[in-house]
Amino acid sequence: MIDIWIDSVISGILLGLVYGLAAIGLSLIFGVMRVINLSHGAFIALGMFTAYFLFIFGLNPYFGIPVIFALGLLLGAITYFVALHRIIDAPELSTLLSTFSVSLFIIGVGTFAWTTIPYAIDLRLGSITIGNVTILGTKIATGIISIILTALLYIFLYRTKLGKAVRAVSMNRTAAELMGINTTRILALSFGIGVALAMTAGALIATIFPFTILSGGVYELKSFVICVLGGLGNPLGALIGGLVLGIIENVATMQISTGLVPFIEFAILVAVLLIRPRGLLGGEV
Amino acid sequence: MRKPDISLLWVFLIVLAMGLVPIVTNDITLRETIFVMLMYIALASSLNILLGYTGYVSFGHIVFYGIGGYVTIALIEYYGLNVIPAIIIAGLFSALVAYSLGQAILKLRGAYFAIATIGVNEAIKALVENLEPIGGAEGIYLHIGVYSAYGGPKSAIWLSYYLMLIVTLAVIVVSWYVKKSKFGLGLLAIREDEDAAISLGVNTRSYKSLAYALSAFFPGMVGGIFFFKNGNIEPHVAFDLIKSIEMIFMVMLGGFGTVAGPFVGAIVYERIRGFLLVSELFKNLHMAVSGVILLLIVLFTPRGIIGYLAERISKLRRYLE
Repeated sequence: MIDIWIDSVISGILLGLVYGLAAIGLSLIFGVMRVINLSHGAFIALGMFTAYFLFIFGLNPYFGIPVIFALGLLLGAITYFVALHRIIDAPELSTLLSTFSVSLFIIGVGTFAWTTIPYAIDLRLGSITIGNVTILGTKIATGIISIILTALLYIFLYRTKLGKAVRAVSMNRTAAELMGINTTRILALSFGIGVALAMTAGALIATIFPFTILSGGVYELKSFVICVLGGLGNPLGALIGGLVLGIIENVATMQISTGLVPFIEFAILVAVLLIRPRGLLGGEV
Repeated sequence: MRKPDISLLWVFLIVLAMGLVPIVTNDITLRETIFVMLMYIALASSLNILLGYTGYVSFGHIVFYGIGGYVTIALIEYYGLNVIPAIIIAGLFSALVAYSLGQAILKLRGAYFAIATIGVNEAIKALVENLEPIGGAEGIYLHIGVYSAYGGPKSAIWLSYYLMLIVTLAVIVVSWYVKKSKFGLGLLAIREDEDAAISLGVNTRSYKSLAYALSAFFPGMVGGIFFFKNGNIEPHVAFDLIKSIEMIFMVMLGGFGTVAGPFVGAIVYERIRGFLLVSELFKNLHMAVSGVILLLIVLFTPRGIIGYLAERISKLRRYLE
């Protein structure tokens, strides 16, 4: 019995790290530009398919991460200029709808190209067995890569000049502009990083679970829950939120049916939003 | 006549005329098309009370349609109730759920509220999928004998049609009445600047909750009628997030915050959707095309068709607001 618990908790932690990675992207975008990115899930799905095609062409998805990240940066920046730049100061409804329309577009084209049948990346990395607990190699690899990426993002935001500019824009865009920061470029960059993190997380998840073009939605909703849980828009907060969610999800399914897990997740989401409505997603990056 | 009165008049008359055509011609294909149009108009106009007048984006508004559907079907199937009291109870129940929910989640503003509404929809969907007494993931099927009380399935479908027409006309009238009332002015004040509205003495909390309840009442009834006609209800059809988005799409397309906007948006959306679904080229790309259209609206004419026309052609303005 105790083995099952250990197994669930470890799985939860490893998955939670990846969920956290996706959520950091959402949190960063919200922190810097006050935009809830409703196309996050679509980009997660896009990352899954990018990993799949890299794998088909013979590149291990884990080594393909830099490629996927770079692609995400590019797509994110393009999306910013096409869908967000014009309305960045408009009321929230506009940016919610414009990112949502981006999501409709990606999912629409994706459904057209790949239909909605499940795809899977058949990647085997063996497994590690300690006592009665067996952990898949792919889960360990995704967990480690997520930690590395989070650490790199942290270093970028707190140790580089560009990262400091991103944080300055998130604190006060007008003041940052007055200090000579090209805020348009920073906003595009932040959205790019957010999307790149979503796509990378998608690629990592794709090595563990089968996926369709619609799978992103589930992880987008998880990202919302995590952002709300971890709060405060700093990378660490989202990572911790991811861990909490991953563990809850894995441990809860031992006791109740899998179908009720979303109910618990969203009940947590709504409850946390109500108890601590301020400073949950926002705050300092 | 005051501006909203003129809008009410022409919108009401067109909807009424449109609704009567299939009854007069006894054209069943046309009836099905108009049924869907009426449903869209009713849903979009209800959402407009919250989204357009109050400025709160409910991304999960379809939850009330689903709840209404479930209440109606359960009352008819398990308690043998007639469909008319059943949909009224369903509407009231949806409104009650919205009111109590609103007391809590309407404290949240802007994007937080939007996320919470998605959360509420997904949570209720997951809950219903796992509640075996109301059918779980399989949903509820009405047994065919239910329709004999209305003179067989054929006349039951006609009855659903009449009910949908009446509800749609009612939504339009209520939407107009709210807009010109003091209550509606309070809602508009909330939309423009909630803090200012508070300081001017608007009881924002109860206003918002009432607007939310009102905008949930009609979708509850519409859901009831739709699933009564459909004969069965399943969680993933009843709580389909895509339908929520369609509602927002229609309100934005037509022009939010106006009486005529949701009506125009619903009609145009139904036509676009019909065109995209039958066209060879776009059949499989209709979602992507909808996405592009929505983006163009948001970026270039945020006030929708009605807003655009009113801006360009000043003579039309008094007929459109």
